[in-house]
Amino acid sequence: MGEEGENLKETFSEISPSDFFYRNRDLAGFTNPSRALYSTVRELVENSLDACEIERIPPEIYTRITPFDPSENEDPRKYLVRVQDNGPGVAPDYIAEAFGKVLYGSKYKLRQSRGMFGLGGTMAILYGQITSNKPVKIQTSTDGIKKYSLTLMIDIEKNKPIILDKKVDDARKIKGTVVEVVVEGDYLRSSQKIQEYFKQTALVVPYANITFVDPMGRIYNYLMTTQEMPPPPKETLPHPYGIDVEFMRRMIRQSKELTLSKFMPKRFHRVGAKTAIKFLQFAGLDPNRDPKSLTDEEIVNLVSSMHKFEEFLPPDANCLSPLGEKIFSAGIIKELAPEFFTVVVRPPSAYSGFPFIVELALAYGGRQLDKGIKLYRYANRIPLLYDEASDVAWKVINEEIDWKRYKIPLEAPIAVVVNISSTRIPYKTVGKEYIADRPEIERELKNALRETLRKLSAYLSRRTSEEHEKRKINLYMKYLPLIAGFAKELAGENKPPNYKRLLEQSREEAVEEEKVNVSEEGRKGEGQKTIEDFANS
Amino acid sequence: MKTSPIVRKKEVRKLLTELGAKIYDDINLGVFPEISMPSRSVKNIVYDKDLKQYVVGQNVVKRSSKNIKHIRPFTQTIWLAFFVEKLLREGKTSTLRDVYYSAQAFNIDFKDQAESDEIITDLEALLRKAREDYNVYPEERSAIYGDLTIEYTVPGHEGKRLNLVSHPDGYLIGPSLSTAELVKTSANVVFAVEKGGLFTRFVENKVHERYKALIVDTAGQPPRSTRYFLRRLNQELGLPIYVLTDADPYGMHIYMVIASGSANAAHLTELTVPTAKWIGVTATDIETYKLPYVKLKDEDIKRAYELKNDPRYKDATFQKELDMFIKKQKKAELEAFSKYSLDYIVDKYLPDKLKGIKEN
Repeated sequence: MGEEGENLKETFSEISPSDFFYRNRDLAGFTNPSRALYSTVRELVENSLDACEIERIPPEIYTRITPFDPSENEDPRKYLVRVQDNGPGVAPDYIAEAFGKVLYGSKYKLRQSRGMFGLGGTMAILYGQITSNKPVKIQTSTDGIKKYSLTLMIDIEKNKPIILDKKVDDARKIKGTVVEVVVEGDYLRSSQKIQEYFKQTALVVPYANITFVDPMGRIYNYLMTTQEMPPPPKETLPHPYGIDVEFMRRMIRQSKELTLSKFMPKRFHRVGAKTAIKFLQFAGLDPNRDPKSLTDEEIVNLVSSMHKFEEFLPPDANCLSPLGEKIFSAGIIKELAPEFFTVVVRPPSAYSGFPFIVELALAYGGRQLDKGIKLYRYANRIPLLYDEASDVAWKVINEEIDWKRYKIPLEAPIAVVVNISSTRIPYKTVGKEYIADRPEIERELKNALRETLRKLSAYLSRRTSEEHEKRKINLYMKYLPLIAGFAKELAGENKPPNYKRLLEQSREEAVEEEKVNVSEEGRKGEGQKTIEDFANS
Repeated sequence: MKTSPIVRKKEVRKLLTELGAKIYDDINLGVFPEISMPSRSVKNIVYDKDLKQYVVGQNVVKRSSKNIKHIRPFTQTIWLAFFVEKLLREGKTSTLRDVYYSAQAFNIDFKDQAESDEIITDLEALLRKAREDYNVYPEERSAIYGDLTIEYTVPGHEGKRLNLVSHPDGYLIGPSLSTAELVKTSANVVFAVEKGGLFTRFVENKVHERYKALIVDTAGQPPRSTRYFLRRLNQELGLPIYVLTDADPYGMHIYMVIASGSANAAHLTELTVPTAKWIGVTATDIETYKLPYVKLKDEDIKRAYELKNDPRYKDATFQKELDMFIKKQKKAELEAFSKYSLDYIVDKYLPDKLKGIKEN
């Protein structure tokens, strides 16, 4: 990897096929035609969103699924999946390698991004090739002047791209990338998940325009409602707590430092020169040793000492890219339009040396939410649609929180939206669909949910008392004039008594009570918003 | 003792207009008006030994227009006050059912008649006046016969006189009769009988002449207007009231309500005739006259036990009769005397019993 590449473009670095298996043994998502179609769409769309976000371009993503072979009329069958973005494009020299070689990704460095392994897209291409024997077509332009169109297949054995066709023509001022793959899929059985995927994605990228055209020609449009995008994550070095033996071996192989005392601060996050010396003493290793001279046994010892040493500072979270309250709120309003919602962004925390941030939104009421609690789960802003009941967030909602304590009515229409940002999401299994119940994450989720529930509870009780006051005034309006009229008749007077004073009096009292309620809540917590608050701000 | 109906109605009208004036002033002063009345809850109903009836205690219920739970019944009460004041002013009467429907014309919503009946009773408690005093009557079914001259006070008939011996089916004790002035009578006694059949027998056998009596058909448990009228006969004309009922605990209680009132009307003290006497038919009579009987039902026995604990029944003779019912488990109807002959009850039983009462 050259310095130039690092500065200009995404960093590309080649890793060996054995690494592929090492790092991706958990990878799945292409188990059957319905799941595979969903995964293909998802991987390509996520790649496009990532590409746009890294360059801070408000994404315009267009996805179309069309039946590939008109003679096939039953699922599963071959579908052409086309995903187009307005991202930075891929530099001409990298195109073939980026799309036609497994494990050649730009996401190798430790930085939060959607597809952590950078090969989901390539996996989709590979899957397409295996099931349809059709090449992938790429069109890309970095400058809007020249457009490169490539047709290629992957030589799986040699792990090399085979370019079948290549041409260059006028990009007509259009930047970005179009990927077309032909895959065996089952839209009949995946349509619900795919549609849900787009809806849920739209919720966390309110700064994107997303269009999806399904095989029946139905168009799903999700429009951007904010220009604001989350700040791009910064690359960081790995934190000592998160290192395992294999990873350490690879780092040593790549290292240019000649002593351990230099290797440690240079290659690890949050390790200074002083800490390095202290740690090496703790590990019983000579600071002047050449890292490359370490035996396998010594490497194992080094790694286990790293996990035991307590003086490393916790990881810095600036390598994470949470949504932030503003964007999260915009997404909630856009897709859920709730009567009330509140967003909590927890301070950064860490598990096993990996930093993470929990963001949680609680939405209540409105026309769109159904009765009961609906959970939306996101990991690094990717919606997780499968195996909900195995997820840590599900566990927290259903088993760890006493909803009755917050006086939230049974069957209340509620959505809990959770986004966990981390350089490494602790998925429980190969499917990358649900998150393990790590105690650190569980704790953060619980705290976030409690905080939002307190606010919802306060909102509901305030609303109840408001309704009560409204009802009271309505009753006065209805009955006081009647009383005045009858009293006038009974007393034999000519005109009714002036009951308006009583009405005003009760209105003033209602306002007074309201003020008391609001100031009490203000002390308890801030940040709850209603749609009106947003409209006014 | 004797109060002219016209005077009474004037009093009630005054109470109503005073109520209206107070509410009127409160509203003008910016004060939410409120009314208070004796509580009619079970806890506040006590037996008054001197009056020999249930009366309401010291507890007071406040109904404020400021309280949103009260404002609806408050409005209903004020509407009723307005409505009945108008009735009195125009000399019209109304029934419980009629009140319920009339409310709708004034945007006053009653859920059902039970709710409007409740408000009517509230106004009774508030004014301490029976609803008959403000011209609201139940559906009538009881009747009176005998030599009594009355003079109507109802509009359209004012000053007109009538003698109640003219029509053998008797005269309905309705609003016009209840409010009529009692001019004169040759009667010395009033027989109140539980059943229309016996009433007719008494008329046919000229009980009114032979005993110089007025005959009243209570038609079962007498409506309040009838109790009120019996009281007037007793208080204004000084006539003793004798009551004839079936021989069972329920029949006995018909007498007791005439004499001592009901717990439901504990807030009113002008419906009773404390000196009324129960002629029978008693449990003892069933034995004495060897009357055909029916076995008491479980609910009759249960009722007898309830009455035994009722302070109105603490008198020894009542206790004795109740014990007798419980012991013999027999009941008999007034018609049972027909076993001997149709005239037996008038010719034999009645003189026997009256003699007994006078001897006591």
